Amino acid sequence: MLKNRIIPCLDVKNGRVVKGINFVDLKDAGDPVEQAKIYSDGGADEICFLDITASNENRDTIYEVVEKTSKKCFVPLTVGGGIRSIEDINKLLNCGADKVSINTAAVQNSKVVADSSKKFGSQCIVVAIDAKQNGKKWEIFTHGGRNSTGIDAIEYAKKMEECGAGELLVTSMDRDGTQVGYDIKLMSKISSKVNIPVIASGGVGNLNHLLEGIKLGGASAVLAASIFHYGKHSIKEAKEYLDSKGIPVRI
Amino acid sequence: MNVSIVDYKSGNISSVINSFKEVAQNKKVRIEVTSDLNKIKSSDKVVLPGQGSFKSCIDALNTINGLVETLDNFAINIKKPLLGICVGLQMFADVGYEEIETKGLGWIPGKVTKINNQNGEYKLPHIGWNEINIVKESKIFKDIEDNSHMYFVHSYEFIPDDKNVILATTNYSSNHVCVVEKENIFGTQFHPEKSDKTGLKIINNFINL
Repeated sequence: MLKNRIIPCLDVKNGRVVKGINFVDLKDAGDPVEQAKIYSDGGADEICFLDITASNENRDTIYEVVEKTSKKCFVPLTVGGGIRSIEDINKLLNCGADKVSINTAAVQNSKVVADSSKKFGSQCIVVAIDAKQNGKKWEIFTHGGRNSTGIDAIEYAKKMEECGAGELLVTSMDRDGTQVGYDIKLMSKISSKVNIPVIASGGVGNLNHLLEGIKLGGASAVLAASIFHYGKHSIKEAKEYLDSKGIPVRI
Repeated sequence: MNVSIVDYKSGNISSVINSFKEVAQNKKVRIEVTSDLNKIKSSDKVVLPGQGSFKSCIDALNTINGLVETLDNFAINIKKPLLGICVGLQMFADVGYEEIETKGLGWIPGKVTKINNQNGEYKLPHIGWNEINIVKESKIFKDIEDNSHMYFVHSYEFIPDDKNVILATTNYSSNHVCVVEKENIFGTQFHPEKSDKTGLKIINNFINL
């Protein structure tokens, strides 16, 4: 039976791990290579790096981090943040990333998704959707949540599936950093509308939130950051909790 | 010992390279990443990775003059161990139906077709960790327990004509072939290079064959 995945996400800035509360007020939580190794040894099903300041700063540090990590971690490694072009994707994959997560560039030009999934295969193309509730709808935001676009998140998700995305990483901008749980309505709306796996993100504060993301949100995988980083919970605890609630996990 | 990972410019093989180097580091094994026909021919073992579509991988193999013939010779005449990973395994088939009907290498008779998603009930690709059900013992499974988890990413499956080549299956909407062995030819549908310690064991077992 296919297992639901638990993915710790490490926000990386200048080669160091940080986690922002609503994308500001950053704290330093260590070396990404070492952290990734701790997570993979601890049973993480995948590792995700998000290069948070990639849009406006020198990106070369992330390549080095990816290269070092991929020599030590033998679980899938997804890298996102600031990916603009096929060339960026190629470079990250060559450094040892297994998947890339494309956000702003996909919104600006869906051809990036279509072309890259054709060139590298859908299996390595994750489209990251940052959405914020606006009345009864959800709107797509870009540039790390700074810019609104007016695009409907549900329709956009379907479009990205058609373009060849292999997975969707859905983050609720309302919930990110709040620790009050995923936006379940958003997750379930998207996961029921597309036939590709959805990774839920944004807002995890306790283990029950992971359960909700899978059970109520229909997510194939759950992504979280701070509950793992600061030692609140281990990956093992998360898996044992989900297992006790009848969710299939790899233990 | 020389192990050649065939570099035919299709998809991302850095994880395959890293994992083989990790396993080989304390052994007298040299990992070569190459498309050089002579190097491949003189290797003790060959690894054929594969990402992207069946067609794109076959096309990429054909782009390198003489590569298919060299691999054919290695697998069928020289009969030294060869491991196909993911689409690398799928290409063993006679024919694949991804994008368009495409002729495969034809080493293990059979076809590659899309997984039946039961009208959308199962999401595709089949991405993530799934258990392998070992149906036949093999050296490739040394120290690997039945129902071990491996990392999968695929939407298409290999259906061999001769069920005797099947070493293991995995269940997702139905049972899919996930490890095959035919004489010197081995293949895994999952990614041992991304399947943590258990996956590295598979790689180790292949190197030790």
